[in-house]
Amino acid sequence: MSSVRSSGVAHQFDDAEQQREVVTLGMWAFLITEVMMFGGLFLGYTVYRAKHPHAFIEGSHHLDIWLGAFNTVVLICSSLTMALAVHAAQLDRRKGTVLFLLLTILLGSVFLGVKVIEYTSKWEQNLVPGAHFAFPDAQAPDQVELFYSFYFAMTGLHAVHMIVGVALLGILAMLAWRGKFSSKYYQPVEMSGLYWHFVDIVWIFLFPLLYLIGAHYV
Amino acid sequence: MILSTQLPLFPEAASTIAPEVDALYFFLIAVSSFFAILIFSLVFFFAIRYRRRSESERPRPIVGSLKLELLWTVIPLILSMVMFAWGAKVYYDIYTPPTDALNIYVVGKQWMWKLQHPEGVREINELHVPVGAKVRLTMTSEDVIHSFYIPAFRIKMDVLPGRYTTVWFEATRPGKYHLFCAEYCGTQHSNMIGSVYALEPDAYEDWLSGASAQALSMAEAGRQIFHQADCVTCHLSDDPLGPSLSGLYGSRVQLDSGETVVADQEYIRESILNPNAKIVAGYESVMPTYRGLLNEEEILQLIAYIRSINDISGTDGGSAATERMESDQ
Amino acid sequence: MSSSFGPPKKSAESYLTAGYSLKSWLVTEDHKRIAILYLISISVFFVVGGLFAVLIRLELLTPGADLLEADTYNKLFTMHGLVMIFFFLVPSIPAVLGNFLIPMMIGARDLAFPKINLLSWYIFAVGGLFTVVVALWGGVDTGWTFYTPYSSTYSNSAVTLMAVGVFITGFSSILTGLNFIVTIHKMRAPGLTWFRLPLFVWAHYATALIMLLGTPVIAITMLLLVLERGFGIGIFDPALGGDPVLFQHLFWFYSHPAVYIMILPAMGVISELITCFSRKRIFGYSFVAFSSLAIAILGFLVWGHHLFTSGQSIYAGMVFSVLTMLVAIPSAIKTFNWTATLYKGSVAFDTPMLYAFGFIGLFTIGGLTGLFLGTLGLDVHVHDTYFVVAHFHYIMVGGAIMGYLGGLHFWWPKMVGRLYPEGWAKLSALIIFIGFNLTFFPQFLVGYLGMPRRYHVYPDEFQVFHVLSTAGASILAVGYLLPVIYLVWSVFRGERAPANPWRAKGLEWETPSPPPTFNFDETPVVKEEAYNYSPREAEVV
Ligand code: HEA
Ligand code: HEA
Ligand code: HEC
Ligand code: CUA
Ligand SMILES: [Cu+2]
Repeated sequence: MSSVRSSGVAHQFDDAEQQREVVTLGMWAFLITEVMMFGGLFLGYTVYRAKHPHAFIEGSHHLDIWLGAFNTVVLICSSLTMALAVHAAQLDRRKGTVLFLLLTILLGSVFLGVKVIEYTSKWEQNLVPGAHFAFPDAQAPDQVELFYSFYFAMTGLHAVHMIVGVALLGILAMLAWRGKFSSKYYQPVEMSGLYWHFVDIVWIFLFPLLYLIGAHYV
Repeated sequence: MILSTQLPLFPEAASTIAPEVDALYFFLIAVSSFFAILIFSLVFFFAIRYRRRSESERPRPIVGSLKLELLWTVIPLILSMVMFAWGAKVYYDIYTPPTDALNIYVVGKQWMWKLQHPEGVREINELHVPVGAKVRLTMTSEDVIHSFYIPAFRIKMDVLPGRYTTVWFEATRPGKYHLFCAEYCGTQHSNMIGSVYALEPDAYEDWLSGASAQALSMAEAGRQIFHQADCVTCHLSDDPLGPSLSGLYGSRVQLDSGETVVADQEYIRESILNPNAKIVAGYESVMPTYRGLLNEEEILQLIAYIRSINDISGTDGGSAATERMESDQ
Repeated sequence: MSSSFGPPKKSAESYLTAGYSLKSWLVTEDHKRIAILYLISISVFFVVGGLFAVLIRLELLTPGADLLEADTYNKLFTMHGLVMIFFFLVPSIPAVLGNFLIPMMIGARDLAFPKINLLSWYIFAVGGLFTVVVALWGGVDTGWTFYTPYSSTYSNSAVTLMAVGVFITGFSSILTGLNFIVTIHKMRAPGLTWFRLPLFVWAHYATALIMLLGTPVIAITMLLLVLERGFGIGIFDPALGGDPVLFQHLFWFYSHPAVYIMILPAMGVISELITCFSRKRIFGYSFVAFSSLAIAILGFLVWGHHLFTSGQSIYAGMVFSVLTMLVAIPSAIKTFNWTATLYKGSVAFDTPMLYAFGFIGLFTIGGLTGLFLGTLGLDVHVHDTYFVVAHFHYIMVGGAIMGYLGGLHFWWPKMVGRLYPEGWAKLSALIIFIGFNLTFFPQFLVGYLGMPRRYHVYPDEFQVFHVLSTAGASILAVGYLLPVIYLVWSVFRGERAPANPWRAKGLEWETPSPPPTFNFDETPVVKEEAYNYSPREAEVV
């Protein structure tokens, strides 16, 4: 039913200009709900960290700072390649767009791969909350378990967003390869870019909150 | 189907706070009736007076009136602030126990109320209290959240697992009153009910001495647990591994993290169940956890015991009498 | 005429005749068809939730446990609350009337994102499916509030499945809100400035803000609940250092704003009805418009008034109490402005207007008793009693559903192109009003007497009130049954409706009934204020 006119403007819009504004606003609105969603977790994290500061520090010390830092760098780079992809699309550079999209996907996958490594090692160290959780040398193992609950809930939700993002970029890369985008019509790339940057920023908050707390206590 | 013969329209008011809550209630009824009647009659009057008489009517539009808007913003605002302030005062009174109250301990459990008097008398789903005495309830739950509710006293307080909550009342009229669990707690929630008996002081003393004939006082029971659970080996022995507990209750404790905390019931409970959460300065974290080994009632008894050795330093014992009227912080 | 084009052309094909196959409905992107999809699905849920209510009322007829087991009873009120709130009232006015009308009211061909609109219905349907499965599976017994640790550790019912259902349904709400916000910002017809918008649109804008900002929080809360239940991660478990009361904070952070999701759209409807049936511009337009926004914003700051007896600090209680009083003020402003609109109007008593009167009366009572609950010392006594039950039914059933039914009757001719039988409609409005008061007024009294809610058995002395209440509920059921019958009947047999049967203002009335798929042949241009019912010059009081 939605009769997309030849100009790429959907039936409900008057013109391409209106469509562009609408989509941009829609994306921002969507990101706001995302902020609220992560906000719930950040709030819980804050409450419990204030309640059990030592346990959180102890738990944090069993995370691998180097892997976390590596992943942070990877994501920052991916934000750069994503921005370059948008730039290339704006300049009608089809190959450049595809290339940078693929690079972003690659970096995203590296991030996820590292996450898999981290999760498996946590599993082997019995640091996954639940029946198998064990944290022998802690003063308060239960509260350390709480820390890991937040660790998995927060990074897990973030990883889900990463997976969605990688899939999204995959589709975009394919469309870009077929020449769907041009300097006149590159909004999907731009919007996915917004999403990707958002997911990066979430990680920028997660990294210090989870990996770096209490380093001065060491 | 039998309809009960009497039709109560208003609950009995049997505590000192009840008339205060009722007065507040009447104030709200008055304000609400005023606005409700005002609005209903205006709507009714306008609707009738300005009913449509012909299809061609074209009433003159009215944009609005800043004066009126201010009027009906400011008046409700003032009235609602009165409600707030009055309500806050009553609320403060309900949840701020006086210092000279009689302590009674409550443990909620799916689906019953277990109560214990300092003299050691235990009751299940029943609570006997003297009229004219202030009674403070210290409550906790062994499982889910419950809520301790005595409508005739107009008090209610949630009973949480892992924490102590308190509420107080002073009964003013002898009688038997409903005790309800007001927080949904599972299948038999509506059967987690009981009765509160407010007795004249003499009758209460009779009841208490009759019921407590063979009961151990809470502090005494706590003392026994203190020995059975081997707390003595580290606390109070000649060569203490752990800090002495006499004089602890209500004092300030220096922790090894540098903070100081007040040793209240909550702190002692945590020290027993989760000893490593807060370490006393100068000691090792060697105390084992008693989670799963002691139940909530036993912990309350231990606390009663630790309270009782406050002024009689170093020695075992302590009498229920001192404990009963003892002030808290 | 408020727009530049003449009377609608007769030949235009209506959205209803644009296709008859099931597929033409299931893959439609037309906001009007999606509204109808929603209408059908929420009506089903309303009847289901209503049947649960009927069973509850029957059980409560006697003090003992005569009809149902304790466990069944607990599952019934839980499912009743969940179905009525998440699957009926939250989507009711926004997803049906809002969906249908917002694009037409602002002169647009559709919502900003038609595909997302359809997606939101499918998400709703999947969430609904979970609920149906849960109901067949044996139900949930936690109360609609899912309080931990009962829900996370102790309940043996299908909590996880239901929480996932609520989680999913939340996204349908988010997407609807997102669509409305963008549409209202960017798709208004030329000349339709913010202060010319119908108040229905303003109300939905405020509602959409809450949907967008609040719903993600309930989603994450449900997720944590599922994790806690599945893996024992300890966030709400005191034994592991978690805090069960944190759940209550997170839950009400959404669920209090959610009560305004349920009432604001109804308030929007009432503004339309009052103006149309008194042929007058609304009194104090900007006050009514901004009070919606004020409610949406302040509504986020008062969640703690559900926790006055939960052991939160008494000072926190005081802050929440003050804020609760403040959030009541914008509602007061609206009520007075509606009343003042009638002054010197030309008041007609058509069915929608009867519902509007019903709304004003019942919402006022419900809202004023909300102040009782917001008053700290008093709430200690009435918290978790039938006083609360009466309060929220007065607002939700007496207020929001009256608004919904009023709106449904008002726009019914537009939606289906047929008129309903006025006599029957008036009769059932009356029956609903009487039945409603008989059902829920006694609950205030028994609540103050101390009857706790969620009680399957109760002391004998409360019985009189419960008998009255059950009697009222059976009248109420008849009152709701009638519209179901005559509205469905009217779709097939009703008299054909003219484009504007009420001679109302607003762009939606300038399309034929039922409207064509793209609403307007030409984008209308707006040159006047909303509710410009009279050519006479406005008076300033
Ligand atoms: C649509 C739904 C809806 C709406 C709009 C409201 C509106 C309000 N609610 Fe209600 N409420 C619920 C649905 C709703 N509520 C539900 C479902 C629950 C129970 C949940 C559960 O536990 O299961 C609940 C519970 C609830 C509680 C917790 C009670 C308890 O559990 O102990 C409180 C406490 O403050 C409260 C207060 C209010 C207030 C102050 C308003 C205000 O917004 C009302 C404002 C309106 C008016 C004030 C009337 C109009 C004004 C005038 C006529 C002028 C005069 C005014 C003044 C003098 C100020 N509500
Ligand atoms: C939108 C929300 C909504 C609506 C519309 C209703 C509608 C009704 N509710 Fe409910 N209710 C809630 C939301 C709602 N409720 C919530 C949130 C709770 C709290 C749950 C909890 O504690 O967890 C609650 C709890 C609740 C209780 C308290 C249970 C308890 O605490 O133990 C009661 C008791 O009387 C009750 C009664 C009713 C009745 C009689 C109706 C009537 O208005 C229903 C009338 C409707 C019908 C009868 C269906 C329509 C009928 C037909 C189409 C005709 C066909 C049917 C027949 C012929 C029978 N409700
Ligand atoms: C193995 C030795 C040991 C046993 C047995 C033991 N404790 Fe302790 N306890 C300690 C030590 C050591 C400390 C101080 C370090 C700390 O705070 O954990 C302590 C601290 C405490 C404190 C806090 C004291 C303060 O000054 O703040 C309380 C209360 C307490 N214990 C009660 C008990 C009770 C009740 C029992 C028995 C049910 C018990 N303990 C059994 C060793 C023990
Ligand atoms: Cu215990 Cu309800
Ligand atoms: Cu609320």
